[in-house]
Amino acid sequence: MKPIDSETKHTWNVYQKDIANDNFYYARSCIRQNFFPASEHMFLHILRNVLGKHVYDDPNHTTCTGIGYHSDIVPFETIQTVVARHFSLMTEAGLEDIAISCVTSFGIYTEILDTWHHFPEQLEQTREFLYKATKREFNLPKTIAHTSDIIYKFRHEIAEKSTYSLVNIETGNPLQAVEHIGCHYAKMFPNKGIGGAEFPQVLSGMIQAWGGNVVDYPERRHCCGFGFRNYLVQANRGYSISNTQKKLESMKPYNPDFILTNCPGCAMFIDKWQYTISEMEGKTYDAHGYGIPVLTYEELAGLVLGINPWDLGLQIHQIQCEQLLQKIGIPYDSTMKYTDSKGNALPKPNVPTYILQ
Amino acid sequence: MEIDYCAELEKDVRFTEGLKACLQCGICCAICPAAEFYNYDPRTIVTTVQQGDNHQIEELLKSETIWYCGQCMSCKTRCPRGNTPGFVIQALRKLSQQYGFFTQSEKGRQQYAIKKTVGENVLNKGYCVHPDLVAYDMHPEQGPIWDWVQQNKEAVYERLGANLNKEGAGALRKIHEKNLDELAAIFEVTGGSRLYEIIEEESEKQAQRMQLGFSKTADNEYFNHVYTYNSNTHFES
Repeated sequence: MKPIDSETKHTWNVYQKDIANDNFYYARSCIRQNFFPASEHMFLHILRNVLGKHVYDDPNHTTCTGIGYHSDIVPFETIQTVVARHFSLMTEAGLEDIAISCVTSFGIYTEILDTWHHFPEQLEQTREFLYKATKREFNLPKTIAHTSDIIYKFRHEIAEKSTYSLVNIETGNPLQAVEHIGCHYAKMFPNKGIGGAEFPQVLSGMIQAWGGNVVDYPERRHCCGFGFRNYLVQANRGYSISNTQKKLESMKPYNPDFILTNCPGCAMFIDKWQYTISEMEGKTYDAHGYGIPVLTYEELAGLVLGINPWDLGLQIHQIQCEQLLQKIGIPYDSTMKYTDSKGNALPKPNVPTYILQ
Repeated sequence: MEIDYCAELEKDVRFTEGLKACLQCGICCAICPAAEFYNYDPRTIVTTVQQGDNHQIEELLKSETIWYCGQCMSCKTRCPRGNTPGFVIQALRKLSQQYGFFTQSEKGRQQYAIKKTVGENVLNKGYCVHPDLVAYDMHPEQGPIWDWVQQNKEAVYERLGANLNKEGAGALRKIHEKNLDELAAIFEVTGGSRLYEIIEEESEKQAQRMQLGFSKTADNEYFNHVYTYNSNTHFES
């Protein structure tokens, strides 16, 4: 085999990043708390109970205001100071490595740190604003990582502890997975993402480590279509669904078994817009009418670790997961799908017109 | 006295980072999700700003075109000159609101709906998005499963390890008053509160011009109009 030349080595070195090994300050995501609360719960469970790491979950942490910032109702000076307050909370907790659950927040943290690097006067102004508003001071973090970076870092340890592989138990072949990386993970600051913007490894590395196969598809790097104001305002949602449809049409010919995402909005939109497209056009994106399941990386890690799918929150996705569970050979109890924490049955949700449940 | 918009833009670090020198190659248009589905061309916006004609920039601030961008920032990755049209857009939108021009366009007027929803969530709840406020009738695309989550909110969130509206840590915990007070103080000191006021004041004036009902709460005719109205003129070639 031809040895890797020094130029190639250099290129890939640029797209590696420092991810702390332990002692994280956890910054939660607004969208994930709403739509994927079990994924955040599972991140803490995996880090603390499976990997033996310390993560501080701070009740005083608030929104970073990122959705407001990217829909232009929150000024840059304001979001810089809100993020500085988060750094102050991290400093107060005696921590210096931050684990960010949201890709929008992750992009904002990287943008702000980059701004402070190139415009030190902005950092000084932010320090003054924060002190004036709250009497708080702060240290900059030593490392910032998206929580998918951290699961990626420990992907082999998770594989060693896994119960299941991403292999079709009937055929013995690896499951065919497509991934979608949130735009703000590495498109703005490629050297902050594993593999950069062109060849991000963060999700494909997990899929491969856990036995699956990653399928390339033409619109792999296209935006999911959140587009902030283009979803937040009902009149604009045609933009959002059109972009998701473009991605779904592009991946459909490859018959993916599931879609893996690392962005809160992307996971929600690619799941929910499949429902909307089916209601509008009677169309689904798998061969049998169930749609393509969309997973977060904690959900996928949880499945290979043998965690109950209903503890992972898969029941609150619009595209149901049972077809995927059957392919992997994961047992599940249908009677426990729609229950409360004590196992009492809740009324069942209504059924979509076209997507099979 | 005439406002020097170029000088105003230069004060925004996002603008100075976002526009170095554009060679008009059009790669930003090729990669742009908004350019695919709207009558939109980020290259022409950058050209207008780069030419520095004050009158043309003012027209841009009053236009629909600056409101199409979805801020995915794919343009930043691809520009061979290291420009970011998305950053330029952010700086233009800031000026459009600062000078009250945003109410002159259908898409710009929508800033009021975003302020009334996301903006008020931030200060009242400490979250941009919260299940108490993502009403199913405003979000039918969320499907019957979201309706189910909404109908069984307490039980479902508890089942999934969240701490909905309760004290302590965890997903969807109640954000303590002292933290909301700190957020409010940050908004006051940094200009966030002033921007909210401008959006309210200018929207009220526009509601009067359009003869639509307006009130302090989001339950008003002007809100419903800007939130739902689409003239369907944004896609024509």
